[in-house]
Amino acid sequence: MSTKQKGMLDTFFRPDENTKFKRHILWTKIVKKAMVLFRYATLIGISYIVLSPMISIISKAFFSDSDVYNSMVYVIPEAPTLRNFGLAMQRMDYFKTLGLTMVYIVSLTLIQLLICSLVGYGFARFEFPFKKLLFGCVVLTIVIPTYTIMLPLYMHFRNFDPLHLFSLFTGGPANWLTSLKPIYMMTLLGCGLSSGLFIYIFIQFFRGIPKELEEAAFVDGAGAIRTFFQIMLPCAKPSIITVAVFSLVWQYNDSFYTGLFGIEAKYQLGVMLSSLTGNLSSLDKIVNPEFQEMYLNAGIILMILPILLIYIVLQKSFIEGVERSGIVG
Amino acid sequence: MKKKKKLTLARRRAITGLLFISPWVIGFFTYYVRSLYQTVYMAFSDVTQAETGGFVSTLKGIDNFKYAFLVDADFNQILVTSVKDILIDVPLILFFSLFLAIILNGKFKGRTLFRALLFLPVIMGAGIIVNALDAAQQTMSVGLSATAGDMAVVKDSAMTQVLSAFVEFGIPMKLVTYLSQAVERIFTVVRASGVQTIIFIAALQSISSSLYEVAKIEGATTYETFWKITFPMVSPMILTNVVYTIVASFTNSEIIKKAEEMAFVSFEYGISSAMSLISTVVVCTILLLLGLFISKKVFYYN
Repeated sequence: MSTKQKGMLDTFFRPDENTKFKRHILWTKIVKKAMVLFRYATLIGISYIVLSPMISIISKAFFSDSDVYNSMVYVIPEAPTLRNFGLAMQRMDYFKTLGLTMVYIVSLTLIQLLICSLVGYGFARFEFPFKKLLFGCVVLTIVIPTYTIMLPLYMHFRNFDPLHLFSLFTGGPANWLTSLKPIYMMTLLGCGLSSGLFIYIFIQFFRGIPKELEEAAFVDGAGAIRTFFQIMLPCAKPSIITVAVFSLVWQYNDSFYTGLFGIEAKYQLGVMLSSLTGNLSSLDKIVNPEFQEMYLNAGIILMILPILLIYIVLQKSFIEGVERSGIVG
Repeated sequence: MKKKKKLTLARRRAITGLLFISPWVIGFFTYYVRSLYQTVYMAFSDVTQAETGGFVSTLKGIDNFKYAFLVDADFNQILVTSVKDILIDVPLILFFSLFLAIILNGKFKGRTLFRALLFLPVIMGAGIIVNALDAAQQTMSVGLSATAGDMAVVKDSAMTQVLSAFVEFGIPMKLVTYLSQAVERIFTVVRASGVQTIIFIAALQSISSSLYEVAKIEGATTYETFWKITFPMVSPMILTNVVYTIVASFTNSEIIKKAEEMAFVSFEYGISSAMSLISTVVVCTILLLLGLFISKKVFYYN
């Protein structure tokens, strides 16, 4: 190729390459901007789907009687009132029930954390016979729906008589239904609400922690229990937060166990809420379903509020926790 | 010579390990194994409540199953609808939660806010709240003044018109119905995919960024990067999410309400056990088939 030809080619190609490059940059910029736009549009759309029923519930909770049948009213009430909240609070015995519910779910969550982390640690770090089989059983408890065993559980606690101890000492099996004992018992033995999943999370997490930490502790003379509480547990903070949030939220919303064991309404805000409309029609003679709905919505807000506050406080560390904890095995 | 036998370290470790898991082992045997056995036993027997408060069961073969399938008016129908609903919902929830996780994963303004918002449905999971939300959602989309019936008719006819247009273009009818059902279920799907989204976000976070760097240097497009890196790396989580979704949706399905009703309203414990046993077998079969299918396609990094 002669220099003349090369120069011609240069003048021919160089500007072209340049514009090509510029075009490429422009194109990437446009794509990037479009992606940002797309992301926000989608997120706002989905948020609307999540929030729209909430908006309706919140607005209706502030309706007064005249707003319900006023066809001019859409979402924003004409005569907003707090009366619905007042009555809902009174009928749900709000603060007392909330207090008892909190004691109930927090204590259960603490038990869950302790038991599930202990079991998880046992599976993750020790070798013992039938380990694979037992681990398979943990997975089985996640997969098998709890309703399969609901009847035997109901009967078991209806006539609670382990090893015939109760017949021996108190003369006959005890009826543990309507009390909180069954659920505490099951949680203590690692079979509470979603315990299998929590154990699995802890197993996966502890597997990821380097063994050197424990070996150092062992060399320094710490026993297994001490190693667990002083070294492993502080390391497991992400898992602990994940499990704690899941356990709190699920326990709070649970209607399966509360229904099965007939737990009294004063221990569960959810049960109180589901009997709210019944109470309204029997005690306050409010039978119109449109009016009942206002009070129900106020009750729903009252029920969501506390758990929402807990979630907002724990939210950031929760999502970070999920990312770092063992859910992703 | 000393006769006392000292435990080896491995032995001691094994015992400590067993001590650590002992609460769960006891619980598993007293609650799961025993109850599963009892459920199976009761499903094949006639259970009556004795006057002393105990329960008496006498074996009587497959009568309970016969009742569930042949005599009971709606059991078959409920079972089929539940299975159908789940088969429609599972792919939708999976696609949606993966999509959402990818969108939420990048760094952008307001990420924390959106993540908090999209987890709201999990917080509001209590049965009574879900029912109220359903009602509220209808008033929002239909309008408070118009009666729901009127609007439903209008919506339906408009819907069929649009759908028939698609069919005329030559798109198979089945696909069109599936998609239209999918659109109608968007509320359910969004509400049901909170946990799955979080699991996918966690999976996305655990992909090492060097993989993406390599892909970028080699000149892969975003599309290729997704199919060659992101998708295979999160694929193990698809299995987890399928299991979670199926179990969760069966727990909330009509079939369980039916079984509960049988037990605690009609006091037909045997039939109720048979029903829950049938649905458990169905769930497990679905899980097994899907599990086998998915685990063949799944890519394990380690």
